[in-house]
Amino acid sequence: MEKWYLMTIVVLIGLTVRWTVSLNSYSGAGKPPMFGDYEAQRHWQEITFNLPVKQWYFNSSDNNLQYWGLDYPPLTAYHSLLCAYVAKFINPDWIALHTSRGYESQAHKLFMRTTVLIADLLIYIPAVVLYCCCLKEISTKKKIANALCILLYPGLILIDYGHFQYNSVSLGFALWGVLGVSCDCDLLGSLAFCLAINYKQMELYHALPFFCFLLGKCFKKGLKGKGFVLLVKLACIVVASFVLCWLPFFTEREQTLQVLRRLFPVDRGLFEDKVANIWCSFNVFLKIKDILPRHIQLIMSFCFTFLSLLPACIKLILQPSSKGFKFTLVSCALSFFLFSFQVHEKSILLVSLPVCLVLSEIPFMSTWFLLVSTFSMLPLLLKDELLMPSVVTTMAFFIACVTSFSIFEKTSEEELQLKSFSISVRKYLPCFTFLSRIIQYLFLISVITMVLLTLMTVTLDPPQKLPDLFSVLVCFVSCLNFLFFLVYFNIIIMWDSKSGRNQKKIS
Amino acid sequence: MAAFTIATGTGNWFSALALGVTLLKCLLIPTYHSTDFEVHRNWLAITHSLPISQWYYEATSEWTLDYPPFFAWFEYILSHVAKYFDQEMLNVHNLNYSSSRTLLFQRFSVIFMDVLFVYAVRECCKCIDGKKVGKELTEKPKFILSVLLLWNFGLLIVDHIHFQYNGFLFGLMLLSIARLFQKRHMEGAFLFAVLLHFKHIYLYVAPAYGVYLLRSYCFTANKPDGSIRWKSFSFVRVISLGLVVFLVSALSLGPFLALNQLPQVFSRLFPFKRGLCHAYWAPNFWALYNALDKVLSVIGPRGFLRCLTLCALSSFMFGWHVHEKAILLAILPMSLLSVGKAGDASIFLILTTTGHYSLFPLLFTAPELPIKILLMLLFTIYSISSLKTLFRRSFTLVAQAGVQWHDLS
Repeated sequence: MEKWYLMTIVVLIGLTVRWTVSLNSYSGAGKPPMFGDYEAQRHWQEITFNLPVKQWYFNSSDNNLQYWGLDYPPLTAYHSLLCAYVAKFINPDWIALHTSRGYESQAHKLFMRTTVLIADLLIYIPAVVLYCCCLKEISTKKKIANALCILLYPGLILIDYGHFQYNSVSLGFALWGVLGVSCDCDLLGSLAFCLAINYKQMELYHALPFFCFLLGKCFKKGLKGKGFVLLVKLACIVVASFVLCWLPFFTEREQTLQVLRRLFPVDRGLFEDKVANIWCSFNVFLKIKDILPRHIQLIMSFCFTFLSLLPACIKLILQPSSKGFKFTLVSCALSFFLFSFQVHEKSILLVSLPVCLVLSEIPFMSTWFLLVSTFSMLPLLLKDELLMPSVVTTMAFFIACVTSFSIFEKTSEEELQLKSFSISVRKYLPCFTFLSRIIQYLFLISVITMVLLTLMTVTLDPPQKLPDLFSVLVCFVSCLNFLFFLVYFNIIIMWDSKSGRNQKKIS
Repeated sequence: MAAFTIATGTGNWFSALALGVTLLKCLLIPTYHSTDFEVHRNWLAITHSLPISQWYYEATSEWTLDYPPFFAWFEYILSHVAKYFDQEMLNVHNLNYSSSRTLLFQRFSVIFMDVLFVYAVRECCKCIDGKKVGKELTEKPKFILSVLLLWNFGLLIVDHIHFQYNGFLFGLMLLSIARLFQKRHMEGAFLFAVLLHFKHIYLYVAPAYGVYLLRSYCFTANKPDGSIRWKSFSFVRVISLGLVVFLVSALSLGPFLALNQLPQVFSRLFPFKRGLCHAYWAPNFWALYNALDKVLSVIGPRGFLRCLTLCALSSFMFGWHVHEKAILLAILPMSLLSVGKAGDASIFLILTTTGHYSLFPLLFTAPELPIKILLMLLFTIYSISSLKTLFRRSFTLVAQAGVQWHDLS
């Protein structure tokens, strides 16, 4: 029973950090006329409460889509509606049609922050706790330490409780999906993941690994017997959950199309604002966004994305395993982040979640990645005046990881899961023995660069001719790091063999 | 990589605990702060912009200087750092000035001064010997004591939300207790004397110090049965103790004696007319009575700690103008006792849970409500479960239950 009191303490620490971060500013605070994501969420409560369902996604005199029009799937809308009912009970001014635009007050901030906390507490945190308890082959203390590190991951805390979003809902559902599918409750897992997709369409980044893993399981069970039954059941669950979520929007073809148009705004271009992906970084040298026509951009991003994730997914279909599934989630989401269309910097959280899940297996690399992922959002966090919480939570996360996993002692080839890879390389290059050293140096360079860039961005003013210099540098450096991780995770997946999996993990 | 680990200071658990709570304190910077914030800003202004002769006379603000001179000097030193943050806060007429830089400076100064508290906790941990208990780190008495002190709920919310400077003051007190345990009595006495001249509320526990030092330091030897050997009374030691107290007081009050301001200073420190003196001093008589009652049974540093806690509790229960924050005066020393014996642990748990709960009304704003509930739950759950685990283990050992303090009496 000792485990339960320690786990409770870990959850309490996580909640305390979350709430103290929420005391800070939110996106768009005091910045009319558009404000920010906080106002967007409040506006959606206003729209969903006051207008009939048919009008939620359409442009009308009551619903100006240019002013934070709904661009998430129906579950977000239902969640906003639920929050709106509570808001109406407390203070109807918060969601009054038209007049509540730009409403800001201490009480309202408290209400909005509380909705995030409750959603987190109900969906994401239980999933994390359960996931850590279900981890195999590690001691109780390590499970609890793992939970602490995941709950202290700064990126999610800063975006949800600082900037203001509800990522914990979609990521929580996705985590329940991972749990279900890994523990052979495939139907429940699929249901949870469908809910995740129907909350935020970005969860589609995770869809391929889920699909490949489940398909692989069906193949393994034999397509002529149990496998086929499973396949049919899964298909039914997926279809049923989509139909249930989209029911009000399936009545007319135009409704469905309009929602899809809002969810996938192909008109908005290859990327918007500064994001740490390939296209934005490439754009620094060659303005592809302006040179290439729109449809070419679409095709190009499509090709690159799918080419980079295909090997891992195919391997997952052929050799479905829980470990392969988690790593494929990472590499797939990272491929999408780096090469896909209209990626936002917050989408890195979709990669961070699976990396958190493999924290216990490759603590050193995971910690490194999670630090870079938080750093990549620096321009956004600075804009929201979240410098102090960012620095503090990052340091807390770093200390937690170092003390829980002794990450600096786990940098050997075997612990980085690169043993089979380096053995293969040594067949051609016998002198290839410095992999571990190289990676340690890369880590040092990476951390020093991140710290320096942070200091520069905070203390210096950019030169007049290049006002975005620091944001672009941050994105560029992060992109380089992410490319390295893409290669690394793909190597782990491709070189992961049965013999590697049978080795007992040393923790 | 090993060098990197050491460089980041996270090589051992104590640093991790200290760093962790420091980071939590940084997260508490934007929380609600009470009028005490303005009090200290005002004192920064007074000590910075006015000559010493004016310090205890200045009354532009209602929050006049009512702490002893060492604290005034402390504010004076702080003000020289403050001027780099925001010059405006040092203007005596800028009442209720609280720019973001002022807030940042004040909060950071509290966090920074807690370094003394961390050092004192480390010294106290050295005084515990937990060899007989299990090898699991989180079950070691040192670890538990460190958490109970470094992450103390009361200290966190009073110092880092409500706003006060209790951290380093309790650091001085714990350090003096640790020195007494380490048989460095003169240092212990000196540190306590210094503490008294920082905040005179610690006078409440002065009788405990007085009796203990008399008993264990001035009487150099005991009879075999543990009672006092009256002939071993050492005048030298009494005189040297007296000298230490006198020198510290001279350093503190000297300048004001020279300026003929002693009555004014005392009227600020003890703001009562003669008629009310009875009520103010009564609890000290109680405390003194309790303490003296136990003179013959005071054996060793642990007895001193009990005495001190008793003095603090009596003063809390019966004292005049007692703040709810004064419960910390009893809780923190009690923490040292709690990792020693099971009986002390249960008393500690009751005291700390009710004491901390009594601090709730200090934070009455809505955004701070979840913080105080979460931190309270955190501390209470941890203290109950860790102490329970600690003493459940020791019952299974053949040797006597509990851990031995380094008391050789």
